[in-house]
Amino acid sequence: MIYALIPLLPFAAFLIIGLAGHWIKDRAHLVAVPAVAASFVLSVLAILEVAGGRTISVPLYTWLSSGDMRIAFGLSIDRLTAVMLLLVTTVSSLVHVYTIGYMQGERGYARFFAYIALFTFSMLMLVMADNFLQLFVFWEAVGLCSYLLIGHWYERKSACDAATKAFIVNRVGDFGFLLGLLLVLVSFGSLEYRHVFAQAADLTTDTINLLQPFGGQWHVSTLTLICLLLFVGAIGKSAQVPLHVWLPDAMEGPTPISALIHAATMVTAGVFMVARLAPLYNLSPTALDVVAVTGAVTMILGATIALTQTDIKRVVAYSTVSQLGYMVMACGLGAYTAGMYHLLTHGAFKALLFLGCGSVIIALHHEQDMRRMGGLKGRLPVTYWTFVIGSLALAGFPLTSGFFSKDDILVSAWSAGSLGKTLAVAGLLTALLTAFYSFRLVFVTFWGASHVDPHHAGHVHEPSKTMTVPLLILAVLAIATGYLGIPEFLAPVLAGPAGAEGHHEGGTAIMVLATSMGLGGIAAAYYCYVASPGLPDRLAQQWQKAYRLSLNKWYVDEAYDRTVIRPTLRLADRLWTSVDVAVIDGAVNGVARGIAWCGWLLRLIQSGQTQHYALGMALGAVIILSAYLLF
Amino acid sequence: MNDVSMHSGFPWLTAVVFLPLVGALLLFFVKETAVRWVALGLTLAELALSLPLWIFFDPSTPRMQFAEQVAWITAPSINYSVGIDGISLPLILMTTFLMPLCVLVSWTAIQTRIKTFMAALLLMETAMIGVFVALDFVLFYVFWEAMLIPMYLLIGVWGGANRVYAAIKFFLYTLTGSVLLLVAILVLFFHGGQTFDILLLSGVEYPSALQSWIFLAFFAAFAVKVPMFPFHTWLPDAHVEAPTAGSVILASVLLKMGTYGFLRFTLPMLPDATDTFTPSMIGLSLIAVLYGAYMALAQTDLKKLIAYSSVSHMGFVTLGIFALNAQGIEGALMQMLNHGITTGALFLCVGILYERTHSRLIADNAGLTGPMPRYAAFLVIFSLSSLGLPGTNSFVGEFLVLAGTFMWSKPAAAVAALGIILAAAYLLWMVQRVAFGAPVAKTAPKLIDLNLREWATLTPLAVLVFWIGLFPNPVLTPMHASVNHLVEHLDQRHTAVARRGTLGTDGRWLTITADGEQPPASAKSHLPPSTIGQTP
Repeated sequence: MIYALIPLLPFAAFLIIGLAGHWIKDRAHLVAVPAVAASFVLSVLAILEVAGGRTISVPLYTWLSSGDMRIAFGLSIDRLTAVMLLLVTTVSSLVHVYTIGYMQGERGYARFFAYIALFTFSMLMLVMADNFLQLFVFWEAVGLCSYLLIGHWYERKSACDAATKAFIVNRVGDFGFLLGLLLVLVSFGSLEYRHVFAQAADLTTDTINLLQPFGGQWHVSTLTLICLLLFVGAIGKSAQVPLHVWLPDAMEGPTPISALIHAATMVTAGVFMVARLAPLYNLSPTALDVVAVTGAVTMILGATIALTQTDIKRVVAYSTVSQLGYMVMACGLGAYTAGMYHLLTHGAFKALLFLGCGSVIIALHHEQDMRRMGGLKGRLPVTYWTFVIGSLALAGFPLTSGFFSKDDILVSAWSAGSLGKTLAVAGLLTALLTAFYSFRLVFVTFWGASHVDPHHAGHVHEPSKTMTVPLLILAVLAIATGYLGIPEFLAPVLAGPAGAEGHHEGGTAIMVLATSMGLGGIAAAYYCYVASPGLPDRLAQQWQKAYRLSLNKWYVDEAYDRTVIRPTLRLADRLWTSVDVAVIDGAVNGVARGIAWCGWLLRLIQSGQTQHYALGMALGAVIILSAYLLF
Repeated sequence: MNDVSMHSGFPWLTAVVFLPLVGALLLFFVKETAVRWVALGLTLAELALSLPLWIFFDPSTPRMQFAEQVAWITAPSINYSVGIDGISLPLILMTTFLMPLCVLVSWTAIQTRIKTFMAALLLMETAMIGVFVALDFVLFYVFWEAMLIPMYLLIGVWGGANRVYAAIKFFLYTLTGSVLLLVAILVLFFHGGQTFDILLLSGVEYPSALQSWIFLAFFAAFAVKVPMFPFHTWLPDAHVEAPTAGSVILASVLLKMGTYGFLRFTLPMLPDATDTFTPSMIGLSLIAVLYGAYMALAQTDLKKLIAYSSVSHMGFVTLGIFALNAQGIEGALMQMLNHGITTGALFLCVGILYERTHSRLIADNAGLTGPMPRYAAFLVIFSLSSLGLPGTNSFVGEFLVLAGTFMWSKPAAAVAALGIILAAAYLLWMVQRVAFGAPVAKTAPKLIDLNLREWATLTPLAVLVFWIGLFPNPVLTPMHASVNHLVEHLDQRHTAVARRGTLGTDGRWLTITADGEQPPASAKSHLPPSTIGQTP
């Protein structure tokens, strides 16, 4: 029961700050930080308890019942949930502390703490859910927090645009999720994981005719349909192609939330969901293939865009898109433990990289353009060294956590059939790109000559302890998470599809290749940005088309604007003016006018002259008589 | 549906129905300066008086409760007959809950003929509650028509620039439907054994062809009220011109009259015709969901935007009703309440803003978060509720409606779910333009945050938004018996269970039971035994 406090403490902090924010003001961290820290301690207790193989379940209350349907909320902690709890509470605690320094003196300080506490609560409830509906409810709740936090600086139009975009794009994903959930409800009569998983095998032969409304025949396995619909939700939340467009824009939010929400926790919810629902996905090879290919495409696309971006946060954001692609691809290949492993190591090193960006941005008075940085390593030594550690992990440098988890993914991919082999090659190439762009970031920002605005150049200095200490802790974690035995810990709860178990072939070869890709990428970045600095511009000139494609993010936003957004608004406008106003209301007013006109006609008859009435009577008599005689 | 448990002792329902009417008469003997306080006191007293209906309501039975019957006219037999069940109870409570808020929001907004205005509000309350409690068709029709007059006055006297057009349009539109309703009532009288008793008439089996004609007549009356596509064009005009309190009553209560009519009359009396017309009704509902959302996307006037969002939201209600299963109908009832709360609240928000800036245009009202942070917070909360965010009230209704629809037809549910994406688009876009950014120079100096009265107007609704969203069961429980009874009633006439779809199959429940688990179906122990037999 005490574990119910893990989510409830941050929620209490949210309520206190939210309702008494006017009075609390810049003391908000005194409420939020202890609450989240206590959740962290409880999460440690929880993981120790479930390490023995036990599953903790805490029933909460019956949310609703209607007809023969009953939906109850409850918490459930197994090994998978426990590591997520630890990840969320660790990163959240560190980000809470970091925020004290980062948001110091900002307007909306208390509001910011209220929202990140609410986010922490929602994310914890999401991972602890024991049923699909709770998963969905908090899936949307974390989306709401993301929306509110991206739009934190609400006076800025770009921030508001980004917030709205994030919500609506996620809604598109949630549309699929909701339908998947309903299909689960109707197919299994329950939304609880254990009921659904227990009955999943009975449903393997069920099919649904998708073309039934149109009289056609296209039978699709119900399980495949469920998995694919739910995965649409994951595509939205975990920023997979084609719904990845919201994540880079989400960088409009303050940097601490980019680290917490848009790198370490919320965006990994999609990966977590696929792993959580492994018993369903394992029964649908088609769905798994779709998941794997989506992940791989995202992985490549994200990396190619990250190569040319100049906004420091956007580079890291696209790298997040790409790394999420790795995780999703791993899950799609049935290597859930590898995917989850990378999720956890990535949580540590990517939070580190974002917080590092934040410390650079603060030091340069909210400058985010890399081209106006450079030469910062002497001025910001703690930031620099921790940033290098994070980048090494991201690049998969040997003996960092990222090296182990990425290697795990690539080796599992190589052993997963012909599709796996293809994707493993793609993963290796992406590893090269990853190493290149992450060290491009390091060299351009911290090495070379300073391009800092001379106005601020004089007083660039390391931020306060509340910001550097979280960086140091995360740097330790970016190495250490590789040595905690995470895959072995998770393996018992994350079985892959039947038949996929077995030997991992070519492990050493893959490791050597991956390492050389990483080192090669770093070397290439060194050559381009330190040894011969003119080279990148010449290359961009030479490969102009490819360069523009990458710089303009493959024109995906433009494509949506032309094919979805503008046509929708135009259709709405047209429907309104031409159907609602012209046709429907026109008909209504037309009827009214018609009746008025009839009245006017009838009024003419009432001339008040007796001879007209007599004539009318005579004519009427003639007509009636002739009708009577004729028929 | 013939069961009535007659109530002896204090005539609660009569008191609840006529207190506002008496109050309205009383108001003319009150000093002009005290009118607002007296009206507030009366509506609060009415709210207090209606609470025992909820407290002493027996949720285990579908029978009419608190019933009273007095002979009114002997030949033909017309009675003053009232009673409530789980379908009308929530709607009555919603009405009594909203009226004090309507008085509060009119406090300073209405400056002319305040006495008549408050009297019109109170008359309106009597008529609306009368509609929900009437168990005699003539009595029902009297209340039904009585609603038109105060509403006509509210729009026509205290409305905006184009108020006369809007008032007449509203009046004629509704009246046209009502006339056909009257004809249908007379036909039922002659075919159903010379009685106007609604419960007796619900027990009669009418010939199929006749049912279809009556269905169409009912449809004319109810579809205009809901309003269903394409009978909705009176709504934006009426809303734009009506004073805030009028808009709130219109959106929150009057629109529910149509869907209440479907539930109280169409479904129980005309099961065959319901069956015949269900595909068309589902089709019209889906069109309303999407069409209303597209219309909302194109609006530049806040009230019109919310009015069109009502068309979309009410599409969900009719969709749930015609899914014809417990989830769909309970979802529709929830959605009726939630629409009342949320859309009512949004109209209150617009009214509060209009008092300051004298403009309802989105372009004139921007950047409110800076100068009016509390107002913006409420606006965001109600918008999120309106777009069906989980944790708020609307999600409960929409989820149940979609679940009910999904069992009936998966493609229909998928189309309706598209409406949820569009809702996010038009509402968040509105929020972004109104709440965020920088204020417009023209209106910036007038943006003053909520005063205590306005705060008191919005807070109760915000509390309800979250309370229902997080703990919907206390609201759903009183509905179960009546809704299950209605669904069974439909089933008896039609062995159409397969058409409406059910949860799971026998075999799967058995697998769970074999594990020693309780099958979820039998977990609803609070339901009357008769309804448990319904499980597959």
